[in-house]
Amino acid sequence: MEQIELNYPAKRKIPKRAHVGVVGSGDMEVLLEPGEDMVAHVFIRTSVDGFGASWKAVLDRFFAKYDGAARIQINDAGERPASPNCAWSKRWR
Amino acid sequence: MTNKRYGANFIYRQSFIELDARERATALFDAGTARELLGPFDRVESPWLAMQGVTPQEDDGCVVMKGKIAGQASVVVALEGAFQGGSMGEVSGEKMTAALDLAYADSKKGTPTSAVILLETGGVRLQEANLGLAAIAELMGSVLLLRKHAPVICLTAGTVGCFGGMSLVAGLASYVVMTREARLGLNGPEVIEQENGIDEFDSSDHALVWAIDGGEQRYATGLVDALVEDDTPQVVEAIRKFVEKGAPAVHRSSQVDLYRSRIGALDTSRQWDPKELRTLWTAKSATEGKQ
Amino acid sequence: MSEFTGVRGTVWFRALTGQSSPMPGDPKSVLTSDALIGKEQGLFLCVVPDPHGRFPCARHGEVGLEEAYTLATRIRQLIDESKDTIKRPIVAIVDAKSQAYGRREETAAIFLAAAAAADAYGSARLAGHPVITLVVGQALSGGFLIHGYQANRILAFDDGGVMIHAMHKEAAARVTQRSVAELEKLGKKIVPMSYDIRDYAKLGLLYKLLHVENPEKPSVEDVQKVKDELVEAIADARSGPHDLRNRLESKGALEMRKGSLLVRSKLEAQWAEK
Repeated sequence: MEQIELNYPAKRKIPKRAHVGVVGSGDMEVLLEPGEDMVAHVFIRTSVDGFGASWKAVLDRFFAKYDGAARIQINDAGERPASPNCAWSKRWR
Repeated sequence: MTNKRYGANFIYRQSFIELDARERATALFDAGTARELLGPFDRVESPWLAMQGVTPQEDDGCVVMKGKIAGQASVVVALEGAFQGGSMGEVSGEKMTAALDLAYADSKKGTPTSAVILLETGGVRLQEANLGLAAIAELMGSVLLLRKHAPVICLTAGTVGCFGGMSLVAGLASYVVMTREARLGLNGPEVIEQENGIDEFDSSDHALVWAIDGGEQRYATGLVDALVEDDTPQVVEAIRKFVEKGAPAVHRSSQVDLYRSRIGALDTSRQWDPKELRTLWTAKSATEGKQ
Repeated sequence: MSEFTGVRGTVWFRALTGQSSPMPGDPKSVLTSDALIGKEQGLFLCVVPDPHGRFPCARHGEVGLEEAYTLATRIRQLIDESKDTIKRPIVAIVDAKSQAYGRREETAAIFLAAAAAADAYGSARLAGHPVITLVVGQALSGGFLIHGYQANRILAFDDGGVMIHAMHKEAAARVTQRSVAELEKLGKKIVPMSYDIRDYAKLGLLYKLLHVENPEKPSVEDVQKVKDELVEAIADARSGPHDLRNRLESKGALEMRKGSLLVRSKLEAQWAEK
């Protein structure tokens, strides 16, 4: 199991926490909570090793637009190489 | 009948099966009364999965909610079939057992508290083996305690169904509700095929699987108390009715003489068409048992 | 060493009761007898192989439909007879291969038969009968849920032929897509996955691990020792509550089931909140 940590600059506080998803095939669990500082901290646990670059690519793109100060935890059991992208876009609203 | 299936009712139904565990649990409660306990943000997850390279889920695949159903105090425990096949681990198991124990304590203090258990599960989580099996035994003990005071209702809607040790929980329940899509059995077809060969059970024969384990068969043989369409309002209504009904005087699992004689009457020299049991074991005769 | 031989059940049933037959009318796969244990009459039960049993998938020591309903019948008989009298102890001697895996079994709802047996054991316990399980061989999966796991106290032999687990090694290896050797190695690191009875004992579910010189051919001393331990376990069961909370209050639970304890205390706190 791999643990990936990514940080992105933030510009605003977020009001409340949110949770979506299931740690299952083609899906992921996402927990989002307001962060203390002006940074979005992302912690990923994934049972598929070696996709760090894919995760970074997907999240870099996302956080280029999203500027909330949040602690985001992702629990992922992705089984297909494309899964970070698919599951993330499925779960982010 | 085909026309009826694809009529307005079918098209506009709200699928219960497509809901995840949290959504299913929420749907059962009277509006605004549900409160989740030990939710994902409490982060009480499995102590055993990460060390094996398996990603844990923050609620360990078990949702516990407390609130009112048909105006009566109730707790719902729902297994998430999409996480590790809804299998029982240390934490998910203890969430279920402790929830029933708390319902029992409230019931003894004068507030009968029903339990509704949503079973989408293959049984024990092998990554936690003996703690999963022990959890099932303990849960069964707690069902026996609570069901004397308030109904314990099991609901299996699919797609995972209810297999393994958790099928014994369904066996102990006050009432069982299933959809046609759901299956209920102790051993899944693949396991039987593995242990005793393809002639004993061809697990790729889906018609056979549902003919034996499917909701319609289980209902038609008097083993299940309600068969509902995959339609959320219908599911909710069935659960509400059983909460209102209260605990039965005699539970199915206590009707030993009746079922022992039924087993004794079977011709074991051959396999049976499951439909044969529908005439032999009608729902009506299930209430004729002793004790 | 861990292969199921199916002899230990009969051996220990005979050793503890002096009998080795079923009740009249019962299938040969369930041995039942009243026998003296300490100063009282206990009800002893054991599931054993019956190569001529009615159900082809339940002939080699599996716990099937007939076994489950027979156990339930004998236990309920005792419960009914004891309504206004002293609650006699029940001793489940366990060496069973597993539950029965068959099409007939599923068609005839073995899940309910299993529940009926567990219901009987659990109801006896709740009515005040001390229920003691003695694992002399294998106690696996559904078989153990049916026959043995609803006991007040569980004892097992400290022996390589004793195994308590959720699935036998070969099947577990297949399902988890590992080799048996890999599974055994994993069990060293992850105690609840281990097939070693000494690791099971760490989980706090076992009342005692008993050492006997020869579990397959017990000596007179072996048998007396086990009887003494059963008497002690019966007394201990009588001294405590009838539910299964002792499993979470043991030393083993405090060390190995911290997750369970955390769940229970947090759930209790949140339940009470408004």
